[in-house]
Amino acid sequence: MKKISLTLIGLYLLFLQGYSQVTEHYTNIFQAKPLKLEEINLVTSYYSQNGTHSAVTGGGSGYIGTQYMDGSEKLTDFANMLELKLVGYGETGLKHTILAGLGVDHHTAASQKWISKTGASSPDGNRVYPSINWTVENEEKGTEFGLGTYYSHEYNYSSIALDGHYGFKNKIGGEFSAKVSAYFDQVKLIYPSELIPAVASNGITPYDVNIITTNASRGSGGTIYDLGGSEKASIPTSPRNTFTSSFTYSQVINKSVQTSLLFDIVKQDGWLGLPFHRVVFKDGSEKIENLPHSRLKIPLGARLNYFIGDNLIVRTYYRFYTDDWGLVSHTASIELPYKFTPFFSISPFYRFYTQTATKYFAKRGEHNVSDTYFTSNYSSSAFNSNYFGLGMRTAPPGGIKDTYMSALEIRYGHYSQSTDLNSNVISLHFTFK
Amino acid sequence: MKKNYLFFTGLLTMFFASSCETVREYQKNRLNDAEMALNARRVEKNELNFQSYKEGAAGANGGKTGGGCGCN
Repeated sequence: MKKISLTLIGLYLLFLQGYSQVTEHYTNIFQAKPLKLEEINLVTSYYSQNGTHSAVTGGGSGYIGTQYMDGSEKLTDFANMLELKLVGYGETGLKHTILAGLGVDHHTAASQKWISKTGASSPDGNRVYPSINWTVENEEKGTEFGLGTYYSHEYNYSSIALDGHYGFKNKIGGEFSAKVSAYFDQVKLIYPSELIPAVASNGITPYDVNIITTNASRGSGGTIYDLGGSEKASIPTSPRNTFTSSFTYSQVINKSVQTSLLFDIVKQDGWLGLPFHRVVFKDGSEKIENLPHSRLKIPLGARLNYFIGDNLIVRTYYRFYTDDWGLVSHTASIELPYKFTPFFSISPFYRFYTQTATKYFAKRGEHNVSDTYFTSNYSSSAFNSNYFGLGMRTAPPGGIKDTYMSALEIRYGHYSQSTDLNSNVISLHFTFK
Repeated sequence: MKKNYLFFTGLLTMFFASSCETVREYQKNRLNDAEMALNARRVEKNELNFQSYKEGAAGANGGKTGGGCGCN
């Protein structure tokens, strides 16, 4: 009898334990979890460039008045971006993800000194750009919704952006997402020093030349005047707005292949050139570049990634682009990550790009003074470019050397344009978990 | 030309639609590999920035389409 009682008690406790585990498991699924830091990403990059067609000097070397200006495009940029990823679950089981980022860049540009005709302008500058994105995902239904905002500031340019996106998965391995973004930028109207319009009534210039052309006087005072001769608090700015609608459809083809189609519509309006880009005309006269105040861009892209065998991945990308300024371009790239182990890979890559010129581009000294729109910025010219390099990625299961660093990527690339522009870039990406 | 374009698009859609297999979550170890991601990776971020500044075309690559100067 005693044995039977003990057996029954034992069985009861077993059931109790079993049910209590089920109950606990059930409540765990829907239990709200506060936001928790899941991942930290740090991307640091060094970019170095050389070329001979600076838009600041009118698209090349030559005289502006009696001053000879070299058209050097020598530039370095040291960029760093930190991003924190926080994940949590709400009471209804929805997954919340917050991405908070902060970027800081420092650049030096040889061309920048020629904003002043004497070559006295500061050749360097900084950019700071924080961002935050919030996404809510219903993992059960396969839908997600998100909002984001972004800010960027540098001495002559600032930008604030808002975006929203919605996405859903279908039952055949497809995923659709749509995103709308709006960028509200302000271009500071810094003219080449000899082209600052003078105010005839009192002989002063709209803003003090020194405040914008020498490093020492940046932000340290000086007097700025508007065209009527009244004192102003800062150099005037002009707006540039960009509205983008992006649509992406991705599809799993089989266990080793997936593809996606990308389609953007980009509408820009406002000051689309830069006020310190010179244009030199056939007769030797000079003005700042002048471009239409509206531009419609339509890029259409496709990706196809294929995991071949156990070691090789083929990543391919193609983009067709057209806009209402007459520019048509094609971009094609291939990257071949080869996995020496599941946690270590080497990736050679190659990218080819070609474009036609916009309707408003001509080389230095080739524009007619009667032209309505004109630029000698070589990013609007016809050219081809090649970009190739090598990447390395390691992500061992226990972290790198038993630290919180879970992955490390290094990537180097060399870029050459048929306009004589050459550049090198090296980037490092650290992931901490 | 328009007819050819529509025909080509239709053919491509039919090809992909008919070739798709149902892949279950436990079969996605290759598709979920970090290097199989269908977007530009974070390590490429600054490459995309300089390309969009030095070239006339931008967009349709998951990168940003506005909000920077790239003035020099």
